[in-house]
Amino acid sequence: MSQTIAQLQEEIVEEFAFFEDWMQRYEHMIALGRSLPEIDPVHKDDDHLIKGCQSKVWVHAALEDDKLVFTADSDAIITRGIIALLVRVFSHQKPADILEAPTDFIDEIGLKEHLSPTRANGLVSMIKQIKLYAIAYQTQIKS
Amino acid sequence: MGFDVTAIRKDFPILGRTLKNGKPLVYLDNAATSQTPQPVIDVIVDYYSRYNANIHRGVHQLSQEATDAYEQARQKIQKHLNIAHAHEVIFTAGTTHSINIVAAGFGQILQPGDELIVSALEHHANIVPWQMACERSGAVLRVIPMTPQGTLDLDAYEALLNDRTRLVFVNHVSNALGSINDIERIIHQAHAVRAAVLIDGAQAAPHLVADVQALDVDFYTLSAHKICGPTGVGMLYGKEKWLNLLPPYQGGGEMIATVSFEKTTYADLPHKFEAGTPNICGGIAFGAAVDYMNSIGFEQIAAYEHQLLLRATEGLKSIEGLTIYGDHDHKTAVISFNLAGVHPYDVGSILDQLGIAVRTGHHCAQPIMTYYNIPGTVRASFSFYNTFEEVDALIAGVKKAQQMLC
Repeated sequence: MSQTIAQLQEEIVEEFAFFEDWMQRYEHMIALGRSLPEIDPVHKDDDHLIKGCQSKVWVHAALEDDKLVFTADSDAIITRGIIALLVRVFSHQKPADILEAPTDFIDEIGLKEHLSPTRANGLVSMIKQIKLYAIAYQTQIKS
Repeated sequence: MGFDVTAIRKDFPILGRTLKNGKPLVYLDNAATSQTPQPVIDVIVDYYSRYNANIHRGVHQLSQEATDAYEQARQKIQKHLNIAHAHEVIFTAGTTHSINIVAAGFGQILQPGDELIVSALEHHANIVPWQMACERSGAVLRVIPMTPQGTLDLDAYEALLNDRTRLVFVNHVSNALGSINDIERIIHQAHAVRAAVLIDGAQAAPHLVADVQALDVDFYTLSAHKICGPTGVGMLYGKEKWLNLLPPYQGGGEMIATVSFEKTTYADLPHKFEAGTPNICGGIAFGAAVDYMNSIGFEQIAAYEHQLLLRATEGLKSIEGLTIYGDHDHKTAVISFNLAGVHPYDVGSILDQLGIAVRTGHHCAQPIMTYYNIPGTVRASFSFYNTFEEVDALIAGVKKAQQMLC
């Protein structure tokens, strides 16, 4: 049985609670960024580019059975770390569950206060894009 | 009296701030906006505490005091830039607004086939308004190319000039790289083909003083917030003949002589271009900022900032894999750089955690980034209130960022 969005968020919150200062948090984000699976290069195009980020961010979604699978990339490594967290939480979940899920785990891990204003805006744009994919695929499943 | 940075820093309350992670503020984003010294803050507080009133029309004492202070500020700016007449100083909302006034005016009088010349080193504010003017008029935009060193190719500029050239607009100093352009030559050669010249002085103003009469420049513009004044106010200098020729930018109060539904006649300069209630307090504080900068002294500022620049350049160059863009001698205290294989945004984020404020991105000068084929740079820009210790903190911070990111 795979983990629910709430369980995954809880897991991340616990993982970040372990860090004592910003530097450990950032080193972890950078490590997560490096471990993010590669996106298919054909999806790194303007159609998958998210506006509102100072660094470039591409997000692609595909439906596998009744679940959404996200792949994503960025040209900035800390941004890739944020993406890695989002992919871990929202990938392989049902569109309806993604739509219902709260996103305040980002606040809880003390990340948002450590993000620059533009990066925080970028984060909002990324979550919005993930939710938009969920809306689109949910409509597709229903029809 | 020698240059005493410790005493100067006491004028700036914000420089004593502590940021997240308990780090003291190291403010190296001065090219974006400068900090405000107490004497300028005092002028703002005094205005709202004692004589806040609308100007030019009032019959009462407060209005008279506010009008006098506002017009005195205009005269301070006039004197600072050696402008012939006070009415050639137009108060604006800033450099972007100033350029739009000139570009919109020329958009109405240019003819199809007329040519305008811009440089490859411009801020978007000195590109887009002219593109709009070209769209409206059918004029054509030509571009002075840049060199790999981050300077302008002035031989190519000379070749662009011809009898269809109407206007040349170039920045005095590049905001992204800090390069000081040879505006004397640019103006002289433009005038040889009877073209007018607008110089965007926004990035020059904190570091050097332009003498507009000696330059014989047609338009010069700058923003108060780059020279220790408030945001939302700036100035446009225009030669009287040009300001009389150009149509007004906005209609409204203040800019009229008489209004009837049949015909409105416009007010004389400078009011023709100052429709509506202006940023009165901002204008007065702008004057106070000019006074403050002059009390420090531009020669001392330039000499001290050059020392900061040399130390920062040397320190950053010692970092392996670091590239400085626009690395040459004729520049202000601005360093645009990247670490090999690292996005500038990541470097800026780590520096931010260390309390070091820099700018990252394309700096509203995308053509330069396209030229170098990079997404952007990290830009550290220094002011006379920065210290050698802060320069060292930057160098150590960049090394830390490299260690974490590479």
